[in-house]
Amino acid sequence: MAYTCVVCVKQVPDTAKVTGKAMKEDGTINRAALPAIFNPEDMNALEAALSVKERFGGKVIAVTMGLPAAAAVLREALFRGADEAYLVTDRRAAGSDTLATSYILSKAVAKFSPDFVFCGRQAIDGDTAQTGPQIAEKLGFPAVTYLEKLDVEGGKVVATRDIGTGVETDRVALPALFTVTEKFGELRPADVRLVMKYKNFEPKALSCDDIGCEEGRCGFAGSPTSVNKIESVVLAGKGFKEIPADDEGIAALVKELRDERTIG
Amino acid sequence: MNARSGDVWAFAEQEDGVLADISLELLGKGRKLADTLGVKLCAVLMGSGVEGLAQPLFEAGADVVHVVDDPALKTYRGLAYRIALVKAIEKESPQIVLFGATHMGRDLAPAVASALRCGLTADCTDLRIGDYEDKKTKEVFRNVLHQIRPAFGGNIIATIVNARNWPQMATVREGVMKALEKSPGRKGEIVRHEAGLDGVDIPVEVVEILRRHSSVNLKGARVIVCGGAGVGSKENFALLHELAAALGGAVGGSRAAVDLGYCEHERQIGQTGVTVRPALMISCGVSGAVQHLAGMQDSQKIIAINTDKDAPIFKVAHYGIVGDLNVVIPKLVKAIRKGS
Ligand SMILES: Cc1cc2nc3c(=O)[nH]c(=O)nc-3n(C[C@H](O)[C@H](O)[C@H](O)COP(=O)(O)OP(=O)(O)OC[C@H]3O[C@@H](n4cnc5c(N)ncnc54)[C@H](O)[C@@H]3O)c2cc1C
Ligand SMILES: Cc1cc2nc3c(=O)[nH]c(=O)nc-3n(C[C@H](O)[C@H](O)[C@H](O)COP(=O)(O)OP(=O)(O)OC[C@H]3O[C@@H](n4cnc5c(N)ncnc54)[C@H](O)[C@@H]3O)c2cc1C
Repeated sequence: MAYTCVVCVKQVPDTAKVTGKAMKEDGTINRAALPAIFNPEDMNALEAALSVKERFGGKVIAVTMGLPAAAAVLREALFRGADEAYLVTDRRAAGSDTLATSYILSKAVAKFSPDFVFCGRQAIDGDTAQTGPQIAEKLGFPAVTYLEKLDVEGGKVVATRDIGTGVETDRVALPALFTVTEKFGELRPADVRLVMKYKNFEPKALSCDDIGCEEGRCGFAGSPTSVNKIESVVLAGKGFKEIPADDEGIAALVKELRDERTIG
Repeated sequence: MNARSGDVWAFAEQEDGVLADISLELLGKGRKLADTLGVKLCAVLMGSGVEGLAQPLFEAGADVVHVVDDPALKTYRGLAYRIALVKAIEKESPQIVLFGATHMGRDLAPAVASALRCGLTADCTDLRIGDYEDKKTKEVFRNVLHQIRPAFGGNIIATIVNARNWPQMATVREGVMKALEKSPGRKGEIVRHEAGLDGVDIPVEVVEILRRHSSVNLKGARVIVCGGAGVGSKENFALLHELAAALGGAVGGSRAAVDLGYCEHERQIGQTGVTVRPALMISCGVSGAVQHLAGMQDSQKIIAINTDKDAPIFKVAHYGIVGDLNVVIPKLVKAIRKGS
C-alpha cells in the first residue's frame, strides 16, 4: 500500500530569540531582526510523513504558504527526503487569520488527493494550534490532534494522542489529518546527496487562483479576526523589598508574612 | 453601528462524567460578560447520561444549560462533537462562545469555527466587552468582545476582535479566570438538543484511554515553592520539598528544571505547563523567562531567591533575596519551624 502524504510546513521567526533589539519602538516585533526557522513541530510532522513513506511506500509532498523566502523550509524538507515541494505565495493571502490560512492550505492540499495530511501541532509565532484542525474540517477529514505515535493495521491508522489528562489510542480510517507534537520523535538529518541535488531548488509557486480559491475567502477579506492592538511584554518592575540573605533578614520576613496571614 | 443579540455560551468540558475546572472558570468570566451585555449565560453540556451535571453548572453561574445527550457522545470524538455543537449553535444563535484552551477545547473549537466560518481567538488570558473602531473604514462596533492573548512565544500581548462575524469565539487558558463562589441550590433552565448523529459515519474509534493519575495539585495549593535550573540537581529538590512541607505547600518547577529531570512534567509552571496564583509563591533559582512568568506572575505574594541580582524574576517579586538558595532555604525552614 503506497500512501500520498502531504505535510504543511511553516517558516517562522525564532521567537525563542526575542530580545530588546527585536522589538520596535511601537511595541511590535521587528521580524527582520529574528532568524527565520523551520517551525519546530513541523519537523516532527515531516518526520511522521517520512516514516510512513519509509514503512509503507508512497511519497511525501511538502507545502507552505508564505513569502518567496519561505522556499527555504521547502528546500530543507527536500534535504530530509520529501519528494516534491510547493509554495503558495500570493499578495491576496496577506493578513490571513487561521480561517483564511486553513482555507487556502486546504485548497492546495486537496490538489494532491492525500491519504495522510500532517501538520505541526502549533506554530511558534501565531501560537494558535488552530490551522491543522481547520484544514481537516474543510477537507472533510477527521483530525487527530496531538499525535505521539502512529501505526497502520488492516488499512486503518492506529494513532496514539495526548489528551492532556492522559493518552488515547484511536483507530482512524483514511484519509485523515494529524497534528504532530515533539513527542513523535526528532526529524532525521539531511541526506548529503539530497542537499547536493536540491541546494538550488526553486519551488513551483502557486497563486490563490492556481489552486481555485474564492476571492473573498483569502487574506484580510476572508479573515474574521483582526488584531486591534499589540503590546510587548515589558516587565514593569514594581520594585521589590530586598531581604538580606542572613538569619535576621529571613526571620523578619517570616514574621511579616505571618503577621499579614500569608502563612499560618 | 452594529448591535448584537444572543446569549453568552461556555462549553462545559467533562470527561467520564466529571466536569473540568475550566468549565466553572469559563462561567465565572462568562457571568461578567453576560451581565455587561444584559443577556443570559448558558453552558453547553455534551456527553451521554450527563444531565446531572447541569446542577453544578447552575450553581457556578449558568442561567441555562443546553444539553446534548447521546450515546455517540459518550467518549469525546472531535468529529461527533463538532457536528452536534454546530447544530446547537446554529439553532440558538449565541453571540459569544467560549471554550477552555485544553486539549479538548483546542481540538473542538477550531473545527466548529471552521464549519461556521467565524473567527476564533486562541488561548485568551482576558476578555472584555468594549467598542471597536475599524481603523480603515471608521466604522464603530458597539459591545464587541475584546480578546486578549499572548502570542509570539509569550513575548507580546495582542488584543483581537472579530466584529463582523457571528458568533465571536475564543479559547481561554486554564487557571486564569476565576470561578464564582458556588451558590448551592441555584436554579436554571435545561434545554435539550438532538445530536443529529443518526446515520452519520464517524471514521474514528477510540480504542483505549489511559488516564494519568496525578498526585500533584498545584492549582489548589495556597503556597507553592518553585525550583528552576539553579537548584542544580534532582537530589537538591529535596530542599524545596522540605520548605513546602514546613508551609503545607506544593512543589513546582520551571521548564528547565523539568527538562533537566529535576522534577516531573506535571509540576511545570508556565505557558506550556500550569497557570497558578497561590497566596504565596517562593521562586528558587528561576531566572524568570516570559514563558515562565506567564504561569505565575499573578500570585498574590512572590518571594524570589536568586544569586543574580539582575534576574528578571525580581521584576515580578514582592520580596527579593539575592543569595544562594542552598543557604537561604535552610534558613527559611528554620525560621518557619521556630515560630510555629
Ligand atoms: C500576534 C498574533 C496573534 C494572532 N492570533 C490569532 C488568533 O487568535 N486567531 C486566528 O485565527 N489567527 C490569529 N493570528 C493569525 C495567525 O497567526 C495566522 O493565521 C497564521 O497564518 C496561522 O496561525 P498560527 O501561526 O497560529 O499557526 P498554527 O495554527 O499554530 O499552526 C499549526 C500548523 O499548521 C500548519 N501551518 C500554519 N500556517 C502555515 C503556513 N503558512 N504554511 C504551511 N503550513 C502552515 C503548520 O503545520 C503548523 O505547525 C495571529 C497572528 C498574530 C501575529
Ligand atoms: C514556546 C516556549 C514555551 C515555554 N514554556 C515554559 C513554561 O511553561 N515554563 C517555564 O518555566 N519555561 C518555559 N519555557 C522556557 C523558558 O524560556 C526558560 O528557558 C525557562 O523558564 C528557564 O528555566 P530556569 O529559570 O529554571 O533556568 P535558567 O534560565 O537557567 O535560570 C536559572 C537561574 O538560577 C539562578 N541560580 C543558579 N544557581 C543558583 C543558586 N545556587 N541559588 C540561587 N539562584 C541560582 C541563576 O542566576 C538563574 O537566574 C518555554 C520556552 C518556549 C520557547
